[in-house]
Amino acid sequence: MNRPVETMNLTVNGQAHSLPADPARRLSEVLRDGLGLRGTKVGCDAGDCGACTVLVDGAPVCACLTPLAQVEGRQVETVEGLHNTPLQEAFLRHGAAQCGICTPGMVMTATAFLREAKAPTRADVEEALGGVLCRCTGYARIIDAVLDLGQSHTAPMPDAGAAVGADVPRLDGAPKVAGTEVFGADHQLADTLLVRALRAPSAPMTFAFGDITAWAAAQNVHVFTAADIPGQNRFGVIPAFADQPALAETRVRLQDEAVALVAGPPEQIEQLDLRSFPITWTATPDTEPVHAAHPNNTLITGKVRRGEAKKAMSRAAHMAEGAMQTPYVEHAYIEPEAGIAWIDGDTLVIQACTQAPVMDRDETALILGLPEDKLRVIPAATGGGFGSKLDISLQPLIGLVALKTGRPARMVYSRSESMATTTKRHPSQMTGQIACDETGRITGMVFDGDFNTGAYASWGPTVSGRVPVHASGPYYIPNYHAEARANYSYEPISGAFRGFGVPQAAILQETIFDDLAAKLDMDRLAFRRLNALQDGQDTVCGQTLHGVGIAACLEALKDPWTAALARAEAANAKGGILRHGVGVASCWYGCGNTAIANPSTIRVGLTAEGALCLHQGAVDIGQGSNTVIPQICADALGLPLAQFQIIGADTALTPDCGKTSGSRQTYVTGSAALRAGQTLRARILAMTNMGPDASLSLSGTNLIASDGKAERRIALRDLETDAQGYVLSAEETYDPPTQPLDENGQGAPYAVYGYGAQIAELSVDTRLGTVKVTRITAAHDLGRVINPGLAEGQVQGGIAQGLGMALMEEFIPGRTENLHDYLIPTTGDMPQIDTIFLEVPDPEGPMGAKGLGEHVLIPTAPAILNAIRHATGARVTQLPALPHRVLAAIKEAQGK
Amino acid sequence: MSLYHRPETLNDALALLQGAEMRVAAGCTDLFPATQARALTGPVVDITNIAGLRGVSDANGGYRIGAATTWSDVIKADLPPAFDMLKEAAREVGSVQIQNAGTVAGNLCNASPAADGVPCLLALDTTVELASTSGHRMLALSDFITGPRQTALAPDEMVVALHVPQSACTGVSRFRKLGARKYLVISIAMVAARLGIVDGKIETAAISVGSCSAVAQRLSGLEKRLAGQKATPNVLVEVTVARVSAALSPIDDIRADAAYRSEAATELVKRALEDLLQTEALV
Repeated sequence: MNRPVETMNLTVNGQAHSLPADPARRLSEVLRDGLGLRGTKVGCDAGDCGACTVLVDGAPVCACLTPLAQVEGRQVETVEGLHNTPLQEAFLRHGAAQCGICTPGMVMTATAFLREAKAPTRADVEEALGGVLCRCTGYARIIDAVLDLGQSHTAPMPDAGAAVGADVPRLDGAPKVAGTEVFGADHQLADTLLVRALRAPSAPMTFAFGDITAWAAAQNVHVFTAADIPGQNRFGVIPAFADQPALAETRVRLQDEAVALVAGPPEQIEQLDLRSFPITWTATPDTEPVHAAHPNNTLITGKVRRGEAKKAMSRAAHMAEGAMQTPYVEHAYIEPEAGIAWIDGDTLVIQACTQAPVMDRDETALILGLPEDKLRVIPAATGGGFGSKLDISLQPLIGLVALKTGRPARMVYSRSESMATTTKRHPSQMTGQIACDETGRITGMVFDGDFNTGAYASWGPTVSGRVPVHASGPYYIPNYHAEARANYSYEPISGAFRGFGVPQAAILQETIFDDLAAKLDMDRLAFRRLNALQDGQDTVCGQTLHGVGIAACLEALKDPWTAALARAEAANAKGGILRHGVGVASCWYGCGNTAIANPSTIRVGLTAEGALCLHQGAVDIGQGSNTVIPQICADALGLPLAQFQIIGADTALTPDCGKTSGSRQTYVTGSAALRAGQTLRARILAMTNMGPDASLSLSGTNLIASDGKAERRIALRDLETDAQGYVLSAEETYDPPTQPLDENGQGAPYAVYGYGAQIAELSVDTRLGTVKVTRITAAHDLGRVINPGLAEGQVQGGIAQGLGMALMEEFIPGRTENLHDYLIPTTGDMPQIDTIFLEVPDPEGPMGAKGLGEHVLIPTAPAILNAIRHATGARVTQLPALPHRVLAAIKEAQGK
Repeated sequence: MSLYHRPETLNDALALLQGAEMRVAAGCTDLFPATQARALTGPVVDITNIAGLRGVSDANGGYRIGAATTWSDVIKADLPPAFDMLKEAAREVGSVQIQNAGTVAGNLCNASPAADGVPCLLALDTTVELASTSGHRMLALSDFITGPRQTALAPDEMVVALHVPQSACTGVSRFRKLGARKYLVISIAMVAARLGIVDGKIETAAISVGSCSAVAQRLSGLEKRLAGQKATPNVLVEVTVARVSAALSPIDDIRADAAYRSEAATELVKRALEDLLQTEALV
C-alpha cells in the first residue's frame, strides 16, 4: 500500500520549504532525503542514541521519532543552520569529535542547553547531553568543549620540524563539527536503487526458493540470490579461513544471515513486505557441525608453551586460580553499516564505511569475479569501527546489484540488522592458575580459554593466536602454557573488537594477580611492579624486548595509588552502605599483525604548482591517523604541517596502508610516512647540495633550502612532472620485522609493543549491588607522544568501552539488538579520568612511537573488578558485573 | 484520503476513531521504535494539535493532566510536593529529547511493565478519563492497565486526560529508579512513595513499585501497616522483602533476576521512605 503524499510546509533553519511528503514520515528522513540536509544522522531510529537530535521551536527532539506533520508551522533547526559557532569551534579545539557521527546530535543538544543555561556545571552538562550516545570519546572532551566555550583559543599550527608532539586539533575535524562529513549513508546519486536483504528467521536452517521470478515481476523489483554471484561466494578477512558466503546458498548458520537481495526504487523497496517472499525454511538439528570440515566445531587452537608450567604449579610457594566468563560484546558504533556502489566507466566503485579499503576491494573483487583494478573502494567517513568494520558487510551486496543492473545501488543497515549480522567481541570461558615463589616472583602460569567465534571464522584465528601470546600480561613468566580455542557455533559471528581477545584474558590474569598478592600479603601495585617485564627480558614467546615501558607506567602510578587507597580508606571509615575500593591492572599489546607481513606504503610529492601532497591511505575511523601520519611526515621532511594537503584513503589514489587494526597505524604507517618524508628530504638536499641540517621552506612554486650560510632554490615549475603528477616525490614501504611462531608459540610475533596500567576507584552500594566508578588514573607508555590531545581522546574512549564491558554490556542474540536493551555508557556513567603519558622510546617505532588504540581498554575492566573486590570482597566471575551479579557475589563473600 | 489525521478538536478525533480502526499518536516515542518503517504505518490520529489537550491544570481541587502533556511540561508545571515523585520520574524518562516529545498519557497507554510514570501515578490515585463518541468514562489507573502492553481502551476510545484527586495531592513524595546506567535506561526496579504526615504521624502512605511485575503495583499491605504510625525512621522495620515481594511476583529478565528485584525494590522503598521521613523531620 502506497502512503498518500501531501504537500507539507516546514521551516528549517529559517528557510520555508514546501514539499510533497507523507505527514507520517520520520522528520529525520524528510530532512536527509527530502531536503538533502544530511548533517542529521540516524543511528537507531528508536530514540536510543540521540544522533538525529534537531531543535523544534528551540527544544531538542529526536528527528527519528518526530512525524513530519508535527513540525508544520514550527521552527526546525539542524546542524546546517550553525556556522562556525563558538561551540563548534570549541568542539574542534577540544577534540570533542572523533569519528564525528554523534557530533551533530551533540552540538544541537548542547546548543539548546547553552541558550537556557546560566553558569552550567559539569553535572548540568552531563544531564543535558545524557540522551546522546558517543562510542568514541568517553564524553570527557565533549563536556570540556561545552563548558569551555570561547574561553580557550586554538593554538597556531606548528612550525616546520615541530609537528610531532604538538597538540594539533584533528586536521579532518572541520567537516565533522560542521556536520558536512560524508558517512556511509550520506553519499547519494540520482536513480539509485535501494537494496534490502532477506534474512533468516532463525538458525540453523535450510531453505528453498519458490518462484522468485514471478514474485519479482509482481513486485516490480530486482531479486538476486547466491546463484547470481559471478565469482567465489566465499569470503573471510583471513583468506585461508574464508568460509562465509555473501549470500547463503542452501543453508544458514546464524539468525539473520542474508539469503537474497531485493532492489528497486526506494519508495517501493521501503514498503515491500518481505514476508511474502517465496521461500521455504526448514529447521535443521543444531547438533550437526557448523562446518563439515570441523566436525567438533573447533576452528583452531592457539598455543604458547615455554618452560614447564605444570611443574611450576606443583613447586610453587603460592598458587592462585580462577575462572572467568565474558559475554558477546557489541561494538555499538553509532553509524550502522551503509554505502553506495556505482559503475564508473568499466570500474565498479564502492563507497562505504570501512576500516580496511584494500581488503574490502580484494574480498569483494573475488566475490564479484572482478579483477582488482576494476573495483575501486572509496572509504566513506566511518562512524565508529572498533574492529567490526574490518570485515566486509554490505560491500559485495551493493556491488552485485550495481554490477547486475548498471545502476547505483545503496544499502543502509537498520540498527538491528547491524547488531544481528556484524561481528562481536568473542564470548569467552577461561580458567587460569598462576604461581609464585615466597618472595612474590611469578614462577609459572597456565591459561586455558574457549572463545565462541560464532557461525563463521572472521578473526577467530587471530583471537586464538593473540590470546596465548598476551595472556601473561606484561610480566616476566618463565614457565607458561596457554591455549585458546576458537569454536564455531550457530550464533553471531565474533571478530575483531579492540584487543582481539586480549581484554578478556587480561581480566582473568589480573584478577588472579590480586589473589596472589593477598596470599603474599603484598601491596597489589608492588606485586605487579616486582613482576613487570624488564628491558632485555624474554616474553613468554621467548622474544627479547627493548624499550619496555610497563615498569615506568607502574612507577608513575605509585603516588596516585597511595592517594587512591587513602581516599578509599577515609571514605570507608565513615561506615555506611557505600563501600569504596581501588583496583589496578596492566596491559601490553603487540602492534600490527601477528608474525605475518603487514606493510604500509606512503607517498608524498610536490607538484609543479607547489602543492605538497601526502597520500595517506590509513583509514581514520576517529582515532586520528589523518592527523598523526601527516605530523610524522612533516617533521621527517622538514616542511610545516599546515602546508600539507592530505589525499585520503582511496584505492585509486593512495598506496596500501593496510587496515586500521591492531593499533598499527601510528607505528606501521607512521614508519612508512617517516621514511617517505626522509627520502624526499634527502633528494631535495642532494639536489641543492645541502647538508642534513638544512632547513626547507616552500614558497609558492619555489622550494628553498638554507643552512644559515647559503640558500638554494628549486623552481618546481622547471622540473619534469612524473606519471603521478609530481615533480618531486617519494614512496616508501614499511613492514614490521617479525618472526613466525613455532609449534610452541616461540618467536617474535610483533616488532613493537605498547604498555599501560590503570587504577580504578569506585564505590559499591552493598544493598543494591550498583557500582559507581569515580576515577580512573591511566598511565600509558606511548614511546613518543605524537599528538597528546588525540592520544588522550583514545585513552578516554577506550576506558569508556572498558567500563561498559565491566559493568553493563552483554549482547544476547535475538534479544538485545537495539541500543536500549544493549547498554553502553552515557555521559553520566563516566568517571574523572587522569591520564599520564610515559615516553619510553621503542627502538623500532617511528621516532620511538608505539601503538595505543587497543591498549587503553585492556586494563579498565580488570581494574574495576579488582576495585569491586577491594571494596566488598565480592569476586565477580561473570561479566558484566550487573547489580544482581555484584550483590550475589557480595553475599557469597560474606558467606550468606 | 489521507491516512494521517491531525484534528483540531476532540470531537473530530473521536469521530475519526469511531469511523475506522486508527492508532492514536502523540509523542510517538513508543510508536516509532516499534517499527523499522520510515513512516508510521496505517491510519493515525495525531492528538497533539487538539486544543485543550496539553498541559497540567487545577481541577476540582485536584489536577488534570491533558493527554498531550509531555514530560517536559510536567517538569515545568507548578505542582505541590505530592507531585515531586512524578517530576523526578519525568527527568528520568529516556532523555531530554524523549521528555520533550513523549507524553505522560502515552506512557500509560504503552503499558510497559517498566513505564516510568505508572508507579507515581498509581501513588497519586490517578483516574484515567477515556472518551469515545458515545461519551466519557473514568477508570482507576489500576483498572486501566490490564496487563503488560494491555489496556482497557476500546478500539474507538482515546485517553483525554489523567485526573489526580484532591485527596492525593497532599503529602511529600519521592521516586527512585534503579538501572544499569545513568541516563536513557530501562529500569530494573523503581519505586514511588508518597507520605501524608500530620502532627508527626503518618496519616496516609501510598507506595508503588514498577518493573518488578507485569504491571506496576501499589503495596497496599505495607501502606496499611504504616498508616497511623509515628513518622520516624523506626517504621522502616515494617518494610520487609516478604511484604514487598508478596505484592509483586517479580520477573526474571536480562536486566536482573526475580530474587534480586525483590530485594532491590525493598531497599528502594526503604530509601524513598527514609528520605521522606528525614526531610519531614527537618521541616
